[in-house]
Amino acid sequence: MSEHFDLSKMIFGRLSWEAIPYHEPILIFTFIGVILGGIVVVGALSYFKLWGPLWRNWITSIDHKKIGIMYMILGLVMFVRGFADALMMRGQQALSFGDNMGYLPPHHYDQVFTAHGVIMIFFFAMPIVTGLMNYIVPLQIGARDVSFPFLNNFSFWMTASGAALVMVSLFVGEFAKTGWLAYPPLSGIMQSPDVGVDYYIWALQIAGVGTLLSGVNLIVTIIKMRAPGMTMMKMPVFTWTALCTNILIVAAFPILTAVLAMLSCDRYLDTNFFTSDLGGSAMLYVNLIWIWGHPEVYILVLPVFGIFSEVVATFCKKRLFGYTSMVYATVVITILSYIVWLHHFFTMGAGASVNSFFGISTMIISIPTGAKLFNWLFTMYHGRIRFELPMVWTVGFMVTFVIGGMTGVMLAVPAADFVLHNSLFLIAHFHNVIIGGVVFGAFAAINYWFPKAFGFKLDYKWGLASFWFWFVGFWVAFTPLYVLGFMGVTRRMSHFDDPSLQIWFQIAAVGGLLVALGIACFFIQIGVSFMNRKKLADVTGDPWDGRTLEWSTSSPPPDYNFAFTPVVHEQDAWFDMKKNGFKRPTEGFIAIHMPKNTGAGFILAMISAAIGFALIWHMWLPVIVCFAALIAAVIIHTFNYNRDYHIPADEVVAVENERTRLLSSHV
Amino acid sequence: MPRLKLITIPGLFCALLLSGCNMVLLSPSGDIAVQQKDIMLISVWLMLIVIVPVMFLTLLFAWKYRSTNTEATYSPEWHHSTILELVIWSVPLIIIIALGAVTWVSTHSLDPYRPIERISEGRNIPMDAKPLVIEVVAMDWKWLFIYPEQNIALVNELAAPVDRPIEFRITSTTMMNSLYIPALAGQIYAMPGMQTQLHAVINKAGDYEGFSGNYSGAGFSHMRFRFHGVSEAEFAQWVEQNRKEGSDLTREAYLKLEQPSEREPVQRFAKVDANLFDAVLNRCVESNRMCIKDMVAIDRKGGMGESGTHNLASNAMIGRRIGLDLASQKTYVGTLCAPQAQADAKSKVL
Amino acid sequence: MSNTHTATAAGIRTSESYYLKEEHHPENGTMLGFWMYLMSDCLLFAMLFAAYGVLGRHYAAGPSGADLFDLKLVAVNTAFLLLSSITYGFAMLAMHSKRLGKTLFWLGITGIFGLAFLSLEIYEFVHLIHEGAGPQRSAFLTSFFALVGTHGLHVTFGTIWLVTLMFQLKKHGLVPENKRRMNCLSLFWHFLDVVWIGVFTFVYLMGTLV
Repeated sequence: MSEHFDLSKMIFGRLSWEAIPYHEPILIFTFIGVILGGIVVVGALSYFKLWGPLWRNWITSIDHKKIGIMYMILGLVMFVRGFADALMMRGQQALSFGDNMGYLPPHHYDQVFTAHGVIMIFFFAMPIVTGLMNYIVPLQIGARDVSFPFLNNFSFWMTASGAALVMVSLFVGEFAKTGWLAYPPLSGIMQSPDVGVDYYIWALQIAGVGTLLSGVNLIVTIIKMRAPGMTMMKMPVFTWTALCTNILIVAAFPILTAVLAMLSCDRYLDTNFFTSDLGGSAMLYVNLIWIWGHPEVYILVLPVFGIFSEVVATFCKKRLFGYTSMVYATVVITILSYIVWLHHFFTMGAGASVNSFFGISTMIISIPTGAKLFNWLFTMYHGRIRFELPMVWTVGFMVTFVIGGMTGVMLAVPAADFVLHNSLFLIAHFHNVIIGGVVFGAFAAINYWFPKAFGFKLDYKWGLASFWFWFVGFWVAFTPLYVLGFMGVTRRMSHFDDPSLQIWFQIAAVGGLLVALGIACFFIQIGVSFMNRKKLADVTGDPWDGRTLEWSTSSPPPDYNFAFTPVVHEQDAWFDMKKNGFKRPTEGFIAIHMPKNTGAGFILAMISAAIGFALIWHMWLPVIVCFAALIAAVIIHTFNYNRDYHIPADEVVAVENERTRLLSSHV
Repeated sequence: MPRLKLITIPGLFCALLLSGCNMVLLSPSGDIAVQQKDIMLISVWLMLIVIVPVMFLTLLFAWKYRSTNTEATYSPEWHHSTILELVIWSVPLIIIIALGAVTWVSTHSLDPYRPIERISEGRNIPMDAKPLVIEVVAMDWKWLFIYPEQNIALVNELAAPVDRPIEFRITSTTMMNSLYIPALAGQIYAMPGMQTQLHAVINKAGDYEGFSGNYSGAGFSHMRFRFHGVSEAEFAQWVEQNRKEGSDLTREAYLKLEQPSEREPVQRFAKVDANLFDAVLNRCVESNRMCIKDMVAIDRKGGMGESGTHNLASNAMIGRRIGLDLASQKTYVGTLCAPQAQADAKSKVL
Repeated sequence: MSNTHTATAAGIRTSESYYLKEEHHPENGTMLGFWMYLMSDCLLFAMLFAAYGVLGRHYAAGPSGADLFDLKLVAVNTAFLLLSSITYGFAMLAMHSKRLGKTLFWLGITGIFGLAFLSLEIYEFVHLIHEGAGPQRSAFLTSFFALVGTHGLHVTFGTIWLVTLMFQLKKHGLVPENKRRMNCLSLFWHFLDVVWIGVFTFVYLMGTLV
C-alpha cells in the first residue's frame, strides 16, 4: 500500500475518459452504430414484451439444443466482427504503399490483426464447433441432454463473457497489439504497458473456463449417456470426432490457462517468468503456448472432419467407407497433435535433430488425414450423390483442403520453413486449412442441420451463391498471398515500400470483397428461408434421408429429444431402423425426467466478466467486491438441491400426438 | 462446366502476373537459400503424387456418381475393402518416409548453426577461407551490424563479399525479431539475452532486401535494411568509406542508439567499443549491471545467498547521466565491483 | 462386420426392439466428470512444475532454495496435509457407516489441518517476502511462488468447499447428492496431497539437499 489511500483510484483504477477513443472516427461510427442497434433491439424486446420469454426460454435454458443455437449465434456475430477486421486489413495493405500510409496507423492496424486472429479462433471457430457438438451429439447418441446441463449453460455464458470483453475493448481502451498469441517480451509490461494485453488475457481466461468445462461435459456425455446398444464402434463419426476434440480440449486448455496466468503474473506482479533480466525465459512462453496452440488447431478441425463424414454418407446414400480406419485416423491425429508443437518455431534455434523430429512427426499427421480424405472419396465412389448444399460445401472443402495440406507439409520441412516462416505463404496456408476446412465445414453443417434445429430447410439458390462467392473469393484472396510469400513478403506489415507488390494486395482485397458477398448471401439465405419457411418446411424430421439418430425425432426436436430412448443395433442406427420398417410408437408414453432451468450460470458468468473488466483496469476495490460476490454466488448455488422435474406423461402425449397428426397429414 | 472456366481464367491471369514479378524464394542468390528452395520443390513434387489424383478423383467421382446419372453403379452397402485401405494408408506412408528422409538429411546439412561446407554447387570452400563474422543486434526498430574484424558498425546497412562464407551472430535488445534476407538464406530469430547463429554465403553481386520476419511492435514495418553482395575490392572500399564517414560507437552512444526509434536512416560507425556485442548479448552495457554470463556462473554455484537478495540496480542514474529520457526504468541485478568481491560475496555465504 | 451378417441380423428386428418402453437411466457421470476436471488441473500443475523445472536454478545471483527453505517448517506442514488426508478418509468411513455426527467431526478435523497448513504456508511466504526474496527477485522465486502458491490457493478453495459441505450435510443429511459431493471433495483433497508430495520432493527436498 502506498503513501495515501486514494478511493477513486481504488474504484476506477486507470480507467478515465481518456480511454474512450474519440479521436478514431472509425471506432466512433462503429460505436454509434452499435448503440443505435442496441437501442433498436432493447426497444423491440420491450415493445413485444419479450424480456420474460428471453430470460426463461433462452438465457436460463439448460437445454443443450438452445445452448447450441446460442453458441452458433455468438459465433456468427463474432464472425462478422472478425471479418470486418479482415476487410480492414486487406484494405490497409492494398492502399499502404510508398508515400500513402493507408488509413490505419500502426497502433490501430496492430490491434486489428490481433483482434482478427483472437476473434476468429476463440470467438468464432470455437463457439461454432462447440455449438454444433452441443446440439448434435446428444441427439446422435439418443440422450435427453448432456451430462451436466447447468454446467453447459455456465460454459456458454463464460464464452459469451469473454467475447463481450473483446468487444468492449473496441470502445473502452484498446486491444492487444501483439499478434494473436501475445509472445513476450512484446506482451510484457515493459513493452505493452497499456490495457490491450490485459483485455486479451482476461477475455481468454474467462472464455477458457467455459471451453474447458464444456469439454469435460461432452466427454462424460459421450461416455456415459449413449443409448443402449450403441457401443463405441457404433457411434456416428461426428460423435467420435467430438469425443476426440473434447479430450483435446481437456488436455490442452489448462496449458493455456497456466501460461496466461504466468503472463499475467509478469504483468501484474512484476514477476520474472518471461523477462530476461532476472532469469526468466521468453522461449518458455513460446513453447508452452504452442503446446496448447497446436492441439487447438485439431480441436477446430476434427469435428469438421466428422461433419464431412456425416454429410458424405448421407448425400451419397451410402454407408461411410472405412468407418474403422476413420475412427483410428481420428484417434491417431488426436495423439500426434501433442508432439508437433515445435514446428511453429523451427527458427528459434533448436538443434537440427530436434527440428527434424518435430518436422517428421508433423508430416506423419498427414497420413491419417490423407486416409480420411480417401475414405470420403471412396464413399462417393459407387454412390448416388445429391448435390444439396452440404455436399457442395464438402466437395469444395475436399479440393481446397488438399492444397492447404500440401503447403502445410512444405512448412513442416524445417529447411523450407526457414524461408517460409512468418511469411504471407504461412498466412495463406493456415487460412487455406481453416477456411477450407473449418469454415466450409461450418457452412456444410449449418445447411445440413438447420432443418433439424428450426424445422425448415435453407434456400438452395442463395446458398449456392454463397458457396461460389466464398469458394472463388477464397482463392482470389489467398492465391496472391501464396505468391507474395514466395516473393519474401512477411506478415503483419502495415506499410510497404516496394510498389511492385501492390497489385497482389489489390487482388487479395477483391477476393476479400467476394467473400463479403458470400457472407451477405448467407445471411440473405437465412432471411429468405425464414420468409419461405412454410414452403421449405420439413415435417418428417428427416429431410435428407439421414442415417443417424438425430433424424429419427421431429424437427425441431421436443425438449426431451426422444419420447422413448432409442435402442441401437447397428452403425447408422436410424438408417437401420428405416431399413427394418421401423414404426414410430404412438402410445404408452410416460413422464420424462428433465433438468430444470436456472439463472445461476448467467449470473456467475456476468460476475466473472465484471471481475475481468475490473482487473483489466486495475480497479482493485471492484475486483475484491466482485470476487467475494462470485464465491458467495457459487456457494448459494450449491445450496439448491431442487434441480430437476418431470415432464408429465400428458404433455408428452400431447406433443407426440401433434407429431403423429403432422406426419399423417403429409404422407 | 463452369468450374473449368473458373480455374483457367485466373490461371492465365496468374501466369501473366508471375512472369513479371520477382519470386525471390524461387530464384535466390545465396547457396543456402538455393538448397532450401530445392528442398521446398522436392517436397512439392513428392506430395503432388497424392494431391493430383485426389483432386482429379474428387471431381471425377462428383461428376460420375451424381444422382441424375442413373447408369453409374450404385452399391449402398459397399463400405470396406482391405486392399484399398492398405493402399490409402501405405502410399502416403511411403511418401512421408521419403520426405522424412529428405527432411532429416536437409535439416542437418542446412542447420543454420553449422558452418557451410560449400560455396555453391560443385565449389568447395578454399582451405584457408575464414568466415566473415557479422554481429547483429535487432533493436527497436532498426538493425545494428557490427563487423568485429573490421571494427566498424552500421545501422540498417549490410555488405558482404561474394562467395565468402558469412557467420552471423545474432541477438536483440528487447523484442523478439527475426533476421531475414530472403535472397541469402532462411531466417533465424533474434532474442534478447540469447545468441542465435546463421551461416550463409552470397553467390551473386547485387543489392538485396533484408528485414525482420517476426512482428515486434509499432515500428516493425520499417525495420528494413539493404544487403549488398559485392566483390572483395568493393567490400574493402565500403569498409574504408565507413571508417572515413563514421563516428565512434561508444557504450554511451550505444545506449542512446538503443532507445526505440522508427525509420532510421543508415548510420555508420568507424570504431566500435571493445566487446560491445558481448555486452549487449549479456545485457550489461550499462556499467552498473551484472552480465548474464557472470550471473549464470554464480547461479551454477548455487546463487549468491541471502546477501545477494538486495544486489539490485536500475538504469535510472545512467539514463540521467547520459541525458536520456528513458521510456521505462528497469531494475536488474547490480554488478559486483571486481571478481575478487564476487568471490568474497560467495565465500561469505558459504 | 461383413455384409451378410448385417443382412441376416436385420431381417428379424421388430419396431419394438428399437426403443425402451421404460425410462432410461444412464449411469451418473459426476465422478467421471470430476476426474476429468482433476486431470486438467493436474496438467495445470504440470505446467507449473515444468516452469519450475526450467527456471528453478535461475537465481539471478540471488538466494537459492538451500538459502531460503526451512525444511523443518515444511516437514511440519507436510505432516499437516498428510494427516488431513487421513482424517478425510475417516470422514468417508463414517459416511459409509451412515453416521452423520462422526462424519462432521472428522470433516472438522480435516478443515483444521487444512487451515494449519495454510497458516504455515502464509507465514513462510510473508517471511520470504520480508527478507526481500519475493517472487519479483528471480525467476527461481517466481516459479517457486507460482507453484506453491497455486497449490495453496487450491487448498484454500478446498477448505471453503469443505466448510460449505459441512453446512449442507447438517441441513440435508447423508442424501445421495451430499455423498456424491463428499466423494468429489475426497478426490480433490487427496489430489492436492499427491501434488504436495511432488512439491515437497522436487522443490523443497531437491532444492535444499543439492
